[in-house]
Amino acid sequence: MTREKIFEKLNEIFRDVFFNPDITLTDATASQDIEGWDSLTHITLIGMIEDEFRIKFSMEEIVSMSNVGEMVNTIMKQMEQKS
Amino acid sequence: MNFTYPLDSGQMLRKKRAIRQSLLKQENLIPKRIAVLGGSTTSEIVEQMELFLLHYGIQPEFYQSEYGLYWEDAMFGNERLDAFQPDIVFIHTSWRNITRWPDMKSSKASVNEMLMEQYGRFEMMWEKITERFHCPVIQNNFDRPNWRLLGNQDISDYRGRSRFLFSMNQRLYEYAEHHEQFYINDIDYLAACYGLDQWADPLYWHMYKYALCLDAIPYLSKSVADIIKSIYGKNKKAIAIDLDNTLWGGVIGDDGADGIRIGPEIPTGQVYAEFQKYLKELKELGILLTVNSKNDEKNALAGLSHPDGVLRPDDFVCIKANWENKDKNLMDIADELNLGIDSFVFIDDSPAEREMVAASMPSVAVPVMDKAENYIRILDKSGFFEMTSLSGDDISRTEMYMANKERLKLERTLCNYNEYLKNLEMEAWILPFDSMHMQRIAQLTNKSNQFNLTTLRCSEADIRKMSASSDYLCLYGKLKDKFGDNGVVSIVVGRQTNEELHIELWLMSCRVLKRGMEDAMMDALAESAGARSVKKIIGYYYPTPKNSMVREFYGHMGFQKIKQDEEGNTVWELETASYILKKPPIKVIKQREK
Repeated sequence: MTREKIFEKLNEIFRDVFFNPDITLTDATASQDIEGWDSLTHITLIGMIEDEFRIKFSMEEIVSMSNVGEMVNTIMKQMEQKS
Repeated sequence: MNFTYPLDSGQMLRKKRAIRQSLLKQENLIPKRIAVLGGSTTSEIVEQMELFLLHYGIQPEFYQSEYGLYWEDAMFGNERLDAFQPDIVFIHTSWRNITRWPDMKSSKASVNEMLMEQYGRFEMMWEKITERFHCPVIQNNFDRPNWRLLGNQDISDYRGRSRFLFSMNQRLYEYAEHHEQFYINDIDYLAACYGLDQWADPLYWHMYKYALCLDAIPYLSKSVADIIKSIYGKNKKAIAIDLDNTLWGGVIGDDGADGIRIGPEIPTGQVYAEFQKYLKELKELGILLTVNSKNDEKNALAGLSHPDGVLRPDDFVCIKANWENKDKNLMDIADELNLGIDSFVFIDDSPAEREMVAASMPSVAVPVMDKAENYIRILDKSGFFEMTSLSGDDISRTEMYMANKERLKLERTLCNYNEYLKNLEMEAWILPFDSMHMQRIAQLTNKSNQFNLTTLRCSEADIRKMSASSDYLCLYGKLKDKFGDNGVVSIVVGRQTNEELHIELWLMSCRVLKRGMEDAMMDALAESAGARSVKKIIGYYYPTPKNSMVREFYGHMGFQKIKQDEEGNTVWELETASYILKKPPIKVIKQREK
């Protein structure tokens, strides 16, 4: 899956979870940029990303992702390992 | 969104805000305050619970304890919780909240003592909550721990954690058995069904302090919401079921009674027989069974009389086997039984029929019956008939409806209605509330919608409070006739201030409509009011979409309308001294039934 495609799917997830159709993610997007992105919503977000891409993050990975760009990197890495 | 089993957890979590917004558009939601006291994180649990409760017509407001402070909140309270005044308290604990465990050096006696101490912490807490809030308590039992140090013997050795939790659970159940307003939320079962390894994914505990994984949360929340809606009388009451490929394999019109698959001879026949047996057991719990099938009636009856079948035509209070559309049939069934359409579960193997009913009647539950071997599981896990209390009336409900049919027959043979009423040989017990009937009375206040003047919903605790207070005049009415016992069917509650009696609650079950029971209740009320030196009885009518049948009720009873506002709320007045007894053809008995 291409980086663009992953971004596209992530965008959909974010729009659903935050119930906000205006969200457009970039590599630099981080929790302070989106209203309502607190630690509790973060759990839902992680879960939904895992469901969508059929992957499982490790605790280490969850703790180290600090913006959307890093999220995408981690997703790509996991998907490569799977295939 | 389909709220029946199996749940679409992914969508429920991802789209919760959109789902919530659409559910909030429903009218007539009942507000309830629910305190969630957690031994682990509860935020997603509460958000999911809100969706299920809204779906059930209940608009919850939540209190959540600070992280892990369930015990402190329950034992010592706090200002926020006290001010919240919960209607329900849910205690969300798991094996993670056990504070002491046996070790290999523990003696049997010391493990017992530990058990007493750990259990005691919980019991103390429930007693405190009951004392402070007088409200129902829902308590999780304990799920299995994540590891078994003693392997298989962990469940049998007294030092095993599995055994320890098993013993804890036993004690929880014993408490539940002896306390009416205490309910177990069976997470042990939920975890087993979900798959313990996934349920107890340790990442969720260590990362977020959730006692279960995210995707399992909708199942937990639904389970609690099912208990709550059952307490407030929001269970389904009846099943409307298709026949061909639903109650038996094959199409009876084509295959003939000998050709359908039902019974022990072949595997598919066994599946249908087991399903019929499950339905028969539901019937014994008081769920009404009705047939809604596209068939000739004679074929339908032949199928239901199949020697290897379990259900018989008599098990159904209504059989509609014809070529009408199923939504029309369902409407007719509801009318005949005097039930709201929202009381029904529609069961049909055909996706097209389900789609049609679901689209034209959104308040009917339409579970997705995919394969015959899954029918029981789908129905069982959807929680339509969650049992929080099982009264005698529930168990004999089918008989009561059958007796109604007999009454109808009598009504048709006698053209004079009064003659008919006399012929019924009715007897009524109209008495102050007594403890034997409190549960049924509370149940009725939450279930009755049509003949209900104020739609005041009461918990059992509320009923007890009113009954114990000298300010209140509380009467229930129980009606019997030659065809059967209808049980408690009417309730009137008035609050006295000096010489006035304000009627806060007046309801009657629609199954005894037009039998003179309302007149008998009015007579009894006037007499009791007189005995309490009440000069004026004040009646109130608050309109809802369902209670228009009683808009003029007080007028018919001889009251004068003294007030009406823009929303249609009306106030009525009656001078007690001027009331003329109506004396309906019912023999009223003023002593408790032996």
